[in-house]
Amino acid sequence: MLQFIGLNEINGPLVALRGVPAAAFEEMVCLQLENGQTRYGRVVQIEGDCAVIQVFEGTSGMSLGNTRTTLLGRPVEMPLSPELLGRTFNGSGHPIDGLGEIFCQKTADINGKPMNPVARVYPRNYINTGISTIDGLATLIRGQKLPIFSGSGMSHNKLAVQIVRQARLSGTDAGNFVIVFAAMGVKNDVADYFRRSFVQAGVMDKVVMFLNLSNDPIIERILTPRCALTAAEYLAFELGMHVLVIMTDITSYCEALREFSSSKGEIPGRKGFPGYLYSDLASLYERAGIIEGSSGSVTQVPILTMPNDDITHPVPDLTGYITEGQIVLDRQLDQTGVYPPVSVLPSLSRLMKDGIGEGFTRQDHADCSNQLFASYAKVQDARALASVIGEEELSEIDQKYMLFGRMFEKHFVDQGFTENRSIAETLDLGWLLLSLLPREELDRVSGKVLDEFYRPQQDAEKFGLAEDAPAPVQAAG
Amino acid sequence: MHLQASGTIYSINGSVVTIQGATGLQMMEMVYVGDKKLVGEVIHISDEKTTIQVYESTTGMRAGEPVYGSGGPLCALLGPGILSNIFDGIERPLREMAAGSGAFIPEGSDISPLDLVKKWDAKILLKPGDDIQPGQVYATVQENALIENRALCPAGLSGKVVEAKKDGAYTVLEPVAVVEDSQGGRHELALAQKWPIRQPRPVSERLPIERPLITGQRVIDTLFPVAKGGTAAIPGGFGTGKTMTQHQLAKWSDADIIVYIGCGERGNEMTQVLKEFGELIDPKTGKPLTDRTVLIANTSNMPVAAREASIYTGITLAEYYRDMGYHVAVMADSTSRWAEALRELSGRLEEMPAEEGFPAYLPSRISQFYERAGYMRTLSGQEGSVTIIGAVSPQGADFSEPVTQNTKRFVRCFWALDKSLAYARHYPAINWTSSYSEYLEDLAPWYRKNISPSFMRCRQEISNLLLEESRLMEIVKLIGSDVLPDDQKLILETARMIRVGFLQQNAYHKDDTYVPLPKQLKMMEIMLYFYQKAKAMVERGVPVSEILETGLSESIIKIKYDVPNDRLEAFDLYYTQIDEKLSQIQQPV
Repeated sequence: MLQFIGLNEINGPLVALRGVPAAAFEEMVCLQLENGQTRYGRVVQIEGDCAVIQVFEGTSGMSLGNTRTTLLGRPVEMPLSPELLGRTFNGSGHPIDGLGEIFCQKTADINGKPMNPVARVYPRNYINTGISTIDGLATLIRGQKLPIFSGSGMSHNKLAVQIVRQARLSGTDAGNFVIVFAAMGVKNDVADYFRRSFVQAGVMDKVVMFLNLSNDPIIERILTPRCALTAAEYLAFELGMHVLVIMTDITSYCEALREFSSSKGEIPGRKGFPGYLYSDLASLYERAGIIEGSSGSVTQVPILTMPNDDITHPVPDLTGYITEGQIVLDRQLDQTGVYPPVSVLPSLSRLMKDGIGEGFTRQDHADCSNQLFASYAKVQDARALASVIGEEELSEIDQKYMLFGRMFEKHFVDQGFTENRSIAETLDLGWLLLSLLPREELDRVSGKVLDEFYRPQQDAEKFGLAEDAPAPVQAAG
Repeated sequence: MHLQASGTIYSINGSVVTIQGATGLQMMEMVYVGDKKLVGEVIHISDEKTTIQVYESTTGMRAGEPVYGSGGPLCALLGPGILSNIFDGIERPLREMAAGSGAFIPEGSDISPLDLVKKWDAKILLKPGDDIQPGQVYATVQENALIENRALCPAGLSGKVVEAKKDGAYTVLEPVAVVEDSQGGRHELALAQKWPIRQPRPVSERLPIERPLITGQRVIDTLFPVAKGGTAAIPGGFGTGKTMTQHQLAKWSDADIIVYIGCGERGNEMTQVLKEFGELIDPKTGKPLTDRTVLIANTSNMPVAAREASIYTGITLAEYYRDMGYHVAVMADSTSRWAEALRELSGRLEEMPAEEGFPAYLPSRISQFYERAGYMRTLSGQEGSVTIIGAVSPQGADFSEPVTQNTKRFVRCFWALDKSLAYARHYPAINWTSSYSEYLEDLAPWYRKNISPSFMRCRQEISNLLLEESRLMEIVKLIGSDVLPDDQKLILETARMIRVGFLQQNAYHKDDTYVPLPKQLKMMEIMLYFYQKAKAMVERGVPVSEILETGLSESIIKIKYDVPNDRLEAFDLYYTQIDEKLSQIQQPV
């Protein structure tokens, strides 16, 4: 194999090498320093006989003279084997748990290939997370990508852990459920929190972890989700497992991409992010799904922190356009101690409509969730009005909405970290709450369904009619 | 396929590769790049280098690999077998690709868009000695139970038929006739032909727009109708239901053929379209909806250059069927992804960016696309139309961004989707104050003649009530609705009835998912009838609360579910009900 001595230019994580006659685009490269260190990189641009190489571990300590470069003749690959389960890797797919290299059965290009829409199976079956706001209102479906939009300091990590701990599949697939966890630019304690939680929940032997911490090289961060998804695709489509991929934090990933793009001298788009951010994110998110001829599935729960809680920031914005819905956390709810602080109205699961109802959850699921959304939207109007004219001045019906809103947040949303609710419990609770409202206000549901589920006398007992409960939140409009 | 190399690759940057030095390649010529022969297109030529945009992933490509010219621009192959098919952005059949290489899409596959082996039963309409003109139908094939495919003489070709085959079974590329032009050149005609995707197909003239595209969606047909041959845009942030609206239109609109372009959108959505459309039966013809549908699927993770081309591939297929005399509707979901593909490629070419990094030619590209819509007289003298309905995904749901603004300038129908409506699960979330349709005047005569002379008047009254409501809501937001006088409370109540009972439509309900125009009119009439009656009573001093206690508005709201589409006589009952219940209210002394 040809070895090239020396470099021609070093700029941030990029090095340029001239006189390379046959470098392939995106080929993997091995760089050996004089002090014996080995680093890896890949070719990101070719200009005649000059190749631009992105070095994963960073270029500090490299000089124009002290490096020997070898072209490895293959793209960046991930070793794959059933032994992946229970192991921990760094961002570029090398084991860091001290248990030695993977004895791999095969390797695969971490970029993957686009799934043919014809060969996809439309996701139909749900994952029971035991969390009312998710199961009831934004149901997670196998093969879906459903991100959590959060902000710094909110309890998204706790929510992710709770999902991992409680997530259950129905029927015969229950035992075949594994987790791939990719940490991109997260703090050391956060990674540790996840690891401890997995151990406590006793699922560690069903987890594959990829860790790129906030002080690890940014180029590795760009590879981290790709390695994780390559592992997930292998487990799902070749070994037939149901894989839940948790990726945190997508915002750090995008910032790494921005840093890399600007060091390459590319023309920036919105907020300095590269123009191809949409395509790049899509190449990650679209790897969720189910394919024909395989019994497994890849479900993604990416977590991203919205800078300044701004949902119109390019990262959440573009993510929302690619993913099939989103779960949005709300700072006001979080501050009032509501856990999980899910902001119900902007949260949505696009695939929910086909994965719930008879045969999956319960036949009244769609009616219940539609009516809860519609009624809770009216609560916001009533609150906006109350903040102007005072709650006492509200009409009788608006007062009822205020009460419904408080009870909804207290009992339905604020569920706690340890409570694991079944679908039936969630839906029954939803109907009880709706029964706080007069029957004619429930305009999304047919009379027949109401006859079965509208129970105005029961809710009085259940909620002790609320005189004792102070308003937990005043989230106006 | 024997090809002559026109040069070798010098540089590679993502999907953009260059060849150093002058080549014989033409601008926009289709080329095959590298050893894998990936499809590409020439987008820039100078005497120093030729720049090529490649439609597939360039991973593993090396400098020095050859580039082959094809001698012509990127073309679509047009012939029988397009319908019910699903293609990628450069018209490669995805089903055949899946059958050949599995669930993941490989690079460099050169499968023909149409089945080259299948024989179609063709009727040949020529005999030797006939004259032939551009656009003339020379053969017909029953493409499926619904659509007759008509092979048309290509533009620019006229002359005498010197050979013609008999009726029989032919493959798409087998010559069925030979034409000699006035210079003595011989041209073979087959059932299929090629057409460059970036060039609009010629027509004989543009006709005035006067027929609506009936969609069965009340808020569209009644408040903001789109015409056959018209253009419409659906802008909305994520989760506001753009795709859902597009699906509804693709399912129910009364076009003969639907071209659905999934441009940079989700893979699962395309799977959903495939599955749902295969199960749904078209109410007018009794055949599966897929029989009249073509899908172009270039999902967001497929190569970005092909995303840019997918829009043109789709519209070319639409024009092909229009030229046979069909009414075609194109759903493009989403044009923003296409604009972003332009931006991405422009960035790689290091062009000077204009607004928000988009290239300066964005407006002209958008207008060129929408101008390919129209109600036309085709070269063969038939009438056909292409209607374009484009979804727009504004960044940050901000309608002032360049793609939305430029689209607004070139479409005549604007269905603005509203986040707060979507949050309240009011679907379709088309905002009735910021949406508009410029086709109202063009279409008014049609509605008057074919539905009812009173249709437009009812529409105006409904629209006025909604406007009045939004004006009153400003006040209600400040002081609450209790203090309003009774006549204004009645307006609020009626407007609520219109919003919930008329504008809101349930796509999952068997009757409500598609509502024919006569029922739409009846629904408007009964709501207005209730309003007039109630208004008269309020003017006589009857408190509005007593009118509401009758429960009339609730039962009118449920009409959409309770009255089946084919039993409009049931409306009479509601009139009697209104008369009876209102007359029971105690008249004040």
